[in-house]
Order: sequence, then C-alpha cells, then structure tokens
Amino acid sequence: MATMNMIEAINSAHKVMMARDPDVVVFGEDVGYFGGVFRATAGLQEQFGPQRCFDAPISEGGIVGTAVGMAAYGLKPLIEIQFADYIYPGYDQIVSEVARMRYRTAGEWTMPMVIRSPYGGGIFGGQTHSQSPEALFTHVAGLKVVIPSTPYDAKGLLIAAIEDPDPVVFFEPKRIYNGPFDGHHDRPVTPWAKRPEAQVPDDHYTVPLGQARIAREGSELTVLTYGTMVHVAVAAAEDNGVDVEVIDLRTLVPLDMATIEASVKKTGRCLVVQEATRTSGFASELVALVQERCFYHLEAPVERVTGWDTPYPHAYEWAYFPGPKRLKMALEKVMAD
Amino acid sequence: MSDADPQTRRNAPALSLHVPQPAYRPGDTPDFSSIPVPPAGAAPRPDTAAPARDTFPLTDALVRVLDEDGRAVGPWDPKLDPDTLRKMLRDMVTVRVFDDRMYRAQRQGKTSFYMKCTGEEAIAVAAAAATHRDDMHFPTYRQQGLLVSRGYPLTDMMCQIYSNRGDKLQGRQLPIMYSDKPHGFFSISGNLGTQYPQAVGWAMASAIKGDSRIAMGWIGDGATAEGDFHSAMTFAAVYTAPVILAVVNNQWAISSFSGIAGAEKATFAARAVGYGIAGLRVDGNDALAVYAAVQWAAERARSNAGPTLIEFFTYRAEGHSTSDDPTGYRPAGEAQLWPLGDPIARLRQHLVALGEWDDQRHDALVKEADAAVRAAQKEAEKLGILPEQGRENIQSMFEDVYADIPWHVAEQRDQCLKEAGL
Repeated sequence: MATMNMIEAINSAHKVMMARDPDVVVFGEDVGYFGGVFRATAGLQEQFGPQRCFDAPISEGGIVGTAVGMAAYGLKPLIEIQFADYIYPGYDQIVSEVARMRYRTAGEWTMPMVIRSPYGGGIFGGQTHSQSPEALFTHVAGLKVVIPSTPYDAKGLLIAAIEDPDPVVFFEPKRIYNGPFDGHHDRPVTPWAKRPEAQVPDDHYTVPLGQARIAREGSELTVLTYGTMVHVAVAAAEDNGVDVEVIDLRTLVPLDMATIEASVKKTGRCLVVQEATRTSGFASELVALVQERCFYHLEAPVERVTGWDTPYPHAYEWAYFPGPKRLKMALEKVMAD
Repeated sequence: MSDADPQTRRNAPALSLHVPQPAYRPGDTPDFSSIPVPPAGAAPRPDTAAPARDTFPLTDALVRVLDEDGRAVGPWDPKLDPDTLRKMLRDMVTVRVFDDRMYRAQRQGKTSFYMKCTGEEAIAVAAAAATHRDDMHFPTYRQQGLLVSRGYPLTDMMCQIYSNRGDKLQGRQLPIMYSDKPHGFFSISGNLGTQYPQAVGWAMASAIKGDSRIAMGWIGDGATAEGDFHSAMTFAAVYTAPVILAVVNNQWAISSFSGIAGAEKATFAARAVGYGIAGLRVDGNDALAVYAAVQWAAERARSNAGPTLIEFFTYRAEGHSTSDDPTGYRPAGEAQLWPLGDPIARLRQHLVALGEWDDQRHDALVKEADAAVRAAQKEAEKLGILPEQGRENIQSMFEDVYADIPWHVAEQRDQCLKEAGL
C-alpha cells in the first residue's frame, strides 16, 4: 500500500498489467521514452522494452486504426490519446470499427482494448485541452465508458478495463491527476496523504466496471456525477447544510442503475452534475432515466448542473467551470421546489 | 509594396479552380491510346532486399509479364507450374460465374445488394496464391477472389449474401461484407479505408510477437484520399511493418474517375516515394504480374525489409454495385476498349500458348464452375433468402453488442420481443 496520486495509480496499473499479460501493448504520442506528457506511462519503455511501449506518430486515426489490427491479431492494446480534445481524428475508427467489431462479425473478432485519455477542465487548458466529450462515446453501442475520480478507483478500474473483453473508453479527469481537488479552485486542499482514496495497493486489484460508488451518504437529495465533479459535489454538500448523497457513477456505460434508483427513491430529490456542455450531454440521459424510473418518488423536478453551451474559454475558466456556487444555486432550487 | 496592396495584383489573372473531368462521357467513343502500356518484360526486378529507392522508377512504370501472344517474359515471370496456373484460372472463372449468379439473384429480389469484381478477378486470386495461407488479408469489397482462392465454401458466401439461417454473421452485415478468420479474411467495413491502418496494426503485432506471418491491406483508388491511407502509410513506414498495401486502381469510385482522387498528378504507386517505402505499379489484368509483385513484396516483408505499396492498374468493367448505373457517367463499352484486356482471356491464352490448355478444356471448366455455383446456390437457398429473414430469432439482434448483455440492452430486447408479439 502506498499513497499515490491519480497519475501514479494509473502508471501502477500499467506496470501491473504489462507484467501479468505479455499481450498488453502501450503506445501513443510521447508515451515511450519520455513517459507521456502527464507521465502516466513513465518508466514503461525502460522496464518492458520498446516493443511493449512506444511512441506513435501524431495520428489519432492511425493509433486507433493500428490498435484495431493489433486486437485482431490477439494483442490487448492499451493506447493513450494525449488529450480527449484530440480524439476526433480517431472517432471513425472508434465508432465504426472498435465499437461494432464483435457485433458485425457475430463474435468472430473482438476488440479488447482500452483507449485512455485525459479529459476535462480546471487547468487553464483552453478550448483544445479542456473538453469533456464523454457523451459522444456513451451514445455509441458497443463501447464501455469509464471515468474515475480517485487514485484507488483509477487503478482498479483501469485494470478491470484492461481485463474486460470489450473496448473501454477510459477518460481521466486531468484536474485531479497530480494534486487533489476539494471543489474550490481558490482554497487550500487536503493532501493525498491524508485521503483514504489515495491509499493504493501496489499489486493487482480491480474495481468492477458497472458499479457506482457512494462518495458521500446523505438523505435529502441525490447528486449523480462523475470525474472531477464528484469533488465539487462533495464540497457543495459540505458547504450548504443539505444532507446530500453523492453518487460517483465511475462507469457511465453500463450504468449502475440499481444504485441510482435506490438513492433517488430514498431522498426523493435529484440533481445531475456534469462538466461537459449542456445540450445532449450524459446528464440529459440520467435525467431521463431517473424520471422514467423514479417519477412517483420525486418531490421536485430533476435539475442539471453543467458547463455552458460554448466552447471552453481560456480566460473565463472559472466562470465556465461548474463550481460550488452553481451547485449551491441548483441545490437550493431543488430543495425549495 | 505590401502583399496586401491591390496594385501589385491588378494585372494578375483571375484565379480559377481546376475540377478534373474524365476524357470521355456517355455518348463519346473512348480512345485509350494515350494510356502508356509498356511492353511486357520491360520493367526491371530489383532484389527483394534492395533499398526502397531502387523501386521508385517502378512506381511510374507498369510491371507486365504476359505479352500480346500470351507468353510470360522478363524478370518478373514467376515461372509458375501449369497446375498453379490452372488453379488460378479456375478461381477467376469461378469468381466471374459467382458474380453473375449473385447479380441475377439480387435482380430477382433474393437479396438487397451485390457487388461484382468483373475485370479485376486476377488481382485477388493471384494475391491469394502468392501469399501464405495463414497471412491475414484486410480486404475491401471487391476481393471475393481471396475467399474463392482459399477454398471458402461458395454456399457460405451466398448465405451471407442472403442474410439467411446459414449466415455466420447472423444477418447483421450488408451482402458481400464477409468475414472469416480461418481463411485469413478480415471483416469488411463499408467505411472505406479503415482497414488500411488495421492491416498495418496486425502486421505490427506479428512483428512484436516475433511471428512470421504478414498482412495485406486493400484499398481502392477513390479511398486513397481518406486520412486512413496516410496514417497507414506513415505507420507502415515508421515501424517497417511487414505489410503489403495494395491499391486497386480500377479507374472509378462510383461515378468519380480516378482524377478526383489525384490520379491526374501522379500514379498511386508514386505515393510510396514520399513515405520512403517500396512501390510497384502493376498490370492488374495480368495474373502473372500480380502474382510476381505480391510474391516480391511478401518476401520483402517476411525478411524484415519492410512494407510495399502496390498499385494494381485495372478497370472496373461493370457498375459499382447493383445500386449503380454506370451509363449515367461513362461511355458504354469502355471495358471492351480497355487497353489491358480481360484477365481471364489473358491467362487462358497463356495456358494455351504453353500447350497446357485448349478450348474444350476451357468450356468444360466454365461448365463445371457454373454447375458448382448453381449447386451452392441451391444449398444456400434452402436456408432462406433475404425477404424471408428478420422474423425468427429476433433476440439475436441484441447479442454481441457486448460480450455479456448489459441491463439496458436486455430491457430493449424484451421490449422488442413484446412489440413483435413474442
């Protein structure tokens, strides 16, 4: 057991799985000798050699396309797209090939691969290093979509994703890669060493896909969220004197609907929080599911807290980012209704 | 004066956009005499281990083996034994007969769609013959000759075309989008070009594992314009991947002539030069030239000397698919005027010239192929045709989206079954 930040936990998952499974191959832009721009793959080339971990050309379509061929051969590609904002040149391969291969070949060819990518804002990355495109992938049948919010979950979920027989898009909240985040960008934070979720086993373990985590227990209102927003939601709960239950979804597809239903039926109120732009976001899907399944338990309309329907603005980061104040206003509205 | 000063440009001509047009449109009489057809045997054959640059002159040439009299000449003659030649001829004839029967089946309403490869039969058949049985092909949609050559049952092909009870793909794919791992035939995608980097990735995996198998990727002239072509070429070059990358230049991408993909400016084979990999331009209607080129590239790949881009210069003798009418955009009868002739006639002429074939044997071969195709069709139709499908086993529609059916897909399946009254 060691204290790890999220990057260290993700790096540890790579090392554990590359040592256990000789078919796991890691590649992506700058991931080889240098170890990745965020250091997620640091030391892998040195430890496992350049045939197991290597740099790829700046070609997301080529990275995903060659990974399809490798998976067809029998390898398990574990690829990095340097920023989620760069994933679009690979989108055709992901949507038309990776997601559908098992289906279109009736199981003859499968795509056991993991496509990792840092996503989200909060680091002054501007519009090409801050996006949250998860809904573009949850919309695609055949993909699993996973987003961790803690170092412990990041390692356990990544190992589960690598071992999963289906392709997994694994978005990593880069705001909490290194330092922790307490929801407020302008306040001191509790270091990882004092957080139980940063205590990470050195060896192999999994956090199963498709299971949500209750990040904070509460009785008055359910917040459904994932990634960086889990920390914002917990902060908002602590600040506002509402006994909020925060559910960290961890896996968006397949969704842990049982945990969601149990919580909403208990609290009778629900707020959905995502960092991504508002229209047609994953939050919209969650709102629809909650009203389809929990309508007669609801005391108030389900509300959404989201990013705005604009490109991600550099200088206005904290006016754009769904922070504790936006959550506070939404909490008050749902509690007042 | 600054760049922005309009005075500097006052006398410059107005810019105009060049939109390529084919030389002939419906009603014209095509004259292909401007297409250079070098004599057979003229192209030199570099050593398979030669530096890529030694092949660059060949990207603007045309590797040809069969001369006007059906003799195999020059350094690219693969010197195949008569049995191999007869096997290739048989496979090519079978493909043509198969295409005719399935085209007719579509017209009879037995399926939704079909694509023939008429005039291009030599390419896939000879490539299959020149690669090892366990090498992996990543085909596009006119390489049915790979399956026929490798002995994949014709009935299984037809069951896929009919989406019937015998269809191993369970009715999920458009007709002719075959997939068969045991026959080294990767699943065909309708998103053109995607298979090209996939072939490179498979080859990279084979190299990572220290295997001896190679991959062969296929693309048409039109789809070379896709970004996937560039990424495949880049990855193949960067990692010296053991892969053969074939461009089947049949002159037409549905209604767009090859100029719309850049053929006015350079050959497709010449693209190898910019990536620094070996390149060959080959007469695609000459089965021996196709065989020799693929054999050369396979040997090169297998000895870690890297990838080869091969342009097969050919002509799409019929429509793009059953949904296409080529008389709307090109002259009727172009195929008959095509300077490289018909690939089946040329291989037949060669075997006759060798004294290994005659008209009676050829007629018998066509009859046998026709009988085999008809018998296969009868078997396939016992398992149903498309209009009868889609009512049984509806729940299979929800399988294989994931390894296990997640709750949301299971709920939708149950709703679908209820809707169907099941």
